[in-house]
Amino acid sequence: MDSRSAGNLLKEKFPEAVAGIEEFRGEITVTVEAQKLFAVMTFLKQSDDLSYDMLIDLAGVDFPAQKLRFTISYLLHSMKFNNRLRIKTMTAPGVDVDSVCALWRAADWMERETAEMFGITFKNHPNPKHILLVDDFVGYPLRKDYDVKGPNFDRPFQVSLEE
Amino acid sequence: MAESRTMTINMGPQHPATHGVLRVLLELDGENVAKSEPHIGYLHRGIEKLFESMTWRQGLPLTDRLDYTSGVSNNLAYCLAVEKLLDIEIPRRAQYLRVMMAELQRIAAHLLWLGTHALDLGAMTVLFYTFRERETILEILELATGARITPSFVRIGGLADDIPDGFLPRVSEFIKDLPSRIDDYETLLTKNPIWKRRTQNVAAMSAKDCINYGVTGPVLRASGVNYDVRKAYPYSSYQDFDFEIPLGKNGDVYDRYLVRLIEMRQSGRIIEQALEKLPTGPVSAVDAPRIVPPDKKDVQTDIASLIRHFKIMQEGFEPPVGEVYASIESSKGELGFYLVSDGSSNPCRVRIRPPSFINLGALPAMIDGVLVADVVAAIGSIDIVLGEIDR
Repeated sequence: MDSRSAGNLLKEKFPEAVAGIEEFRGEITVTVEAQKLFAVMTFLKQSDDLSYDMLIDLAGVDFPAQKLRFTISYLLHSMKFNNRLRIKTMTAPGVDVDSVCALWRAADWMERETAEMFGITFKNHPNPKHILLVDDFVGYPLRKDYDVKGPNFDRPFQVSLEE
Repeated sequence: MAESRTMTINMGPQHPATHGVLRVLLELDGENVAKSEPHIGYLHRGIEKLFESMTWRQGLPLTDRLDYTSGVSNNLAYCLAVEKLLDIEIPRRAQYLRVMMAELQRIAAHLLWLGTHALDLGAMTVLFYTFRERETILEILELATGARITPSFVRIGGLADDIPDGFLPRVSEFIKDLPSRIDDYETLLTKNPIWKRRTQNVAAMSAKDCINYGVTGPVLRASGVNYDVRKAYPYSSYQDFDFEIPLGKNGDVYDRYLVRLIEMRQSGRIIEQALEKLPTGPVSAVDAPRIVPPDKKDVQTDIASLIRHFKIMQEGFEPPVGEVYASIESSKGELGFYLVSDGSSNPCRVRIRPPSFINLGALPAMIDGVLVADVVAAIGSIDIVLGEIDR
């Protein structure tokens, strides 16, 4: 099944979860309600007609002007049908999103990165720790209101000698 | 209190076999790995954030600093994504030259991998041979791009310039020699009993696990999964070339080695065909005057071109609102760029999908229960570059 029919099938199967289907430059993007995300993702992976067995990419985007300011974008690939489908969901600070680690182990590190960069919490993540940033890093660098130089740009690094 | 059986040790971040600043926390039960956890981020430079403060054009040199063993591939992936967003057509000559350079770069990256991987496992001789050939490639690339490691030669809309005289003969000379050189490396390793014992049935991963962990590139193909972005989603006219995708069977370190060696031979074939069929014509999109800067000669003689040059350099261009994902098969796996544009001259978001980052995520599963000495073999066989992992 190609990605266009996959989008339509999702719309049929989850009419209340799918908020919209867009096509841009040949890529299909399906927007899904955050509460229904895990159910939709489980279906996408396990259905034989779709079999999106590989999570290629997971990215957060920040739109500070929107009420649900964070967009999380999942890019899926089906080995069987050789096509890609993008699933998007929106969330606000403080509202958790279900982790998809149980479906694709690839999500583990990518969710950890998105979590630390944007301050999004993924519910049921097996190892919710910082990955690229130091453990005591304060702030969420990829948010639009975080200055590219950071708040302490001109100050020396804090050295912690005590444990 | 019961005495603990396990011992925790740090491998890295300053360890010659971790290929950069990777720290793996190993919990050892005797000499076997009971649990492991990679710690990364020592090289984090915030490249994705930096992109947002630059115009689309200015971001290009940042991509050189991702996987610093294959600059051309990184440039290509970024440019393909921006070109997809802008929806512009690239002349065929530029596409073929891009393919040629990306494949040269793949061979160079694989040579670097082969030399260091063999060095990690105690076979020092291989390094001297592979670095000799890698040097030849870097010299060829330097001839065209002016840089060995950070070329920034592939530009949005085409190439920075046409290739200089003497480039093609040197490429063809190198390609003619390549198969016999690879034969040389094979004499040193492929049937070597020590090499086989260090690599066969070590850190194997099944096809199913690889897919679940999102692993791409030679590691995935060594497990027998036929997924190569060049075939699955052809870009830059790869569909015009005749080449095969080598597949492994066992998914162990030895199969990854074999897959990469055959990949180099196949890259040679692609370059040969590109040389044969190289079309003539421009190397930059001709119908995109707001994106491709005018010719240097025109800038100095024509006021309109001068104005256009400054507009592109200072203000950049404004792509339509939208989001695209474009990826290439780099030497490590699928390197993708996910771009979100809000219609301004700066990107709203640039997400890099680094193959090494995701492949390294599978390391704990790969080295579960193996000997400490085999951890080195496993890390080497994934072929990671920390510049790309930490970004």
